Amino acid sequence: MSVHERHSDSEITERRLLQSTVEVARHVFDSAAASVFLVDQETGDLVFEAVSGEGEQHLVGTRFPAGTGIAGWVAASGQPMIADEVAAVPQFAHDAAESTGYVPHSIMAAPVIRQESCIGVLEVLDRSATWRGDLADVDLLAMLAAQAAYGLDLLLRLRRAETTLPTAPGGDDVHVLLQRISDRVPRGGGAADPTALKLLAVAEELLH
Amino acid sequence: MTQPPWRRERREHFPGVPAWSLATSRLAPEEFGVSRLEDVTREWAWGGDGAGGDGTGVDGTGDGVAGRADGAGVRVCVLDTGVDGGHPRVGGLERSLVVADGEDLTVVDCDPVDPVGHGTACAGVIRSIAPAVSLTSVRVLTDGRSGSGAALLAGLRWAVEEGFDLVNLSLSTTRSRYLPELHELADRAYFRRCLLVASAHNMPVVSFPWTFSSVISVASHDEPDPMTYYYNPAPPAEFLARGVRVPVAWRRGREIRSTGNSFAAPHITGICALILSRHRWMTPFQLKSVLYLAASNVVVSKGGAHVRA
Repeated sequence: MSVHERHSDSEITERRLLQSTVEVARHVFDSAAASVFLVDQETGDLVFEAVSGEGEQHLVGTRFPAGTGIAGWVAASGQPMIADEVAAVPQFAHDAAESTGYVPHSIMAAPVIRQESCIGVLEVLDRSATWRGDLADVDLLAMLAAQAAYGLDLLLRLRRAETTLPTAPGGDDVHVLLQRISDRVPRGGGAADPTALKLLAVAEELLH
Repeated sequence: MTQPPWRRERREHFPGVPAWSLATSRLAPEEFGVSRLEDVTREWAWGGDGAGGDGTGVDGTGDGVAGRADGAGVRVCVLDTGVDGGHPRVGGLERSLVVADGEDLTVVDCDPVDPVGHGTACAGVIRSIAPAVSLTSVRVLTDGRSGSGAALLAGLRWAVEEGFDLVNLSLSTTRSRYLPELHELADRAYFRRCLLVASAHNMPVVSFPWTFSSVISVASHDEPDPMTYYYNPAPPAEFLARGVRVPVAWRRGREIRSTGNSFAAPHITGICALILSRHRWMTPFQLKSVLYLAASNVVVSKGGAHVRA
């Protein structure tokens, strides 16, 4: 959960894009809930990243193991699908569904694909019976999944940038930084890295 | 009977198929099964089911109408999440295999189980169309992790070498690094008389193998008859079969109604099995032509087909 409690300002913007996608999905299908899962690239787990409707207060950050239910199949195969009358199937990913506090009758899910790999799943629970046509529903869901792909991609890029640039303690105080640099420079005119010297020269210019 | 050309050993020191070897001046072409295709109807193709769309198609009862093909003698491989061999809609498997973890990705026998349910659904659809067909499952999708393209390739290569008549592929990959090998494999399958039936992807992304011309690609129509299918004159999806609210087998002996091209492809696989069980001699090229001529929107009447040019 830790990563979801620590929202930087920019992450909130990225998250709003995903949130708006699930809001739109929930409303066009007049459904009980819509959500986007992120596929954890290391474990294959599915993690709720944005939820509209049932469970929106507590589900973000919840994980399901790889290959769980419809969303797991969609992530593995890259094929969108709709499953109806799933409530009639007691074992149907029931554990996972129950742990969310809501057991649906129907599930629609589409893969969220960026740069050739499935990075997530867009899922809509209990769409209304209003007749749009099932084929039209699948197409529309696929389009929304394409939009979710951009949102999720932005969020992933942001997190990657955050983890690769850990801010050292006091890194925003120029005096502390300069002190640390001067501690590292070899005394007595030893050879410093020429690239580092050039960068310091540039930094000096910028500070003017 | 000598081995048909597509089953012969490939020559070790002279690979490829040079066109000039086909000259007929000194050697008559070998004999092969033939139809001028003028008389191809649904009746001719598999014994017929009425005009299609009248609800007379079999519905999983497996009793087979007299005079109608039932898929006997045809071997189908389902590349998917595994198949629950004990499910009543599946009606038993010839073999159940899995692409093993590890670097060499060997294909090994395994219990007939399906942790997800999707492969069981596809196998059940094929069985409902072709009750006497022989089904084999190869599990290539084992978990939700992406990057399973290597397992797909290993499973498909095994199925092609094994000489299955039909391979059902209700899946696709978006990873371009698998493209050349998959393409080569699809072509080899085609020439070895192993027809790949792949579900089309209705996402705004590039994926394969359904986009290859050496496979049969299938998208969905929304009518309830399992034997109604349409030729699509605007490929890459070549045929449209039942894919909306299909009653399918799922995990642990259950059933659900599912929508998606994943469930349209096995309808065409089943229909191909019917045609092949009646006309064993067909090459993929001929089978695709018969599939076209027997499509619900290509009925020949008053001297012309009913497809708009």
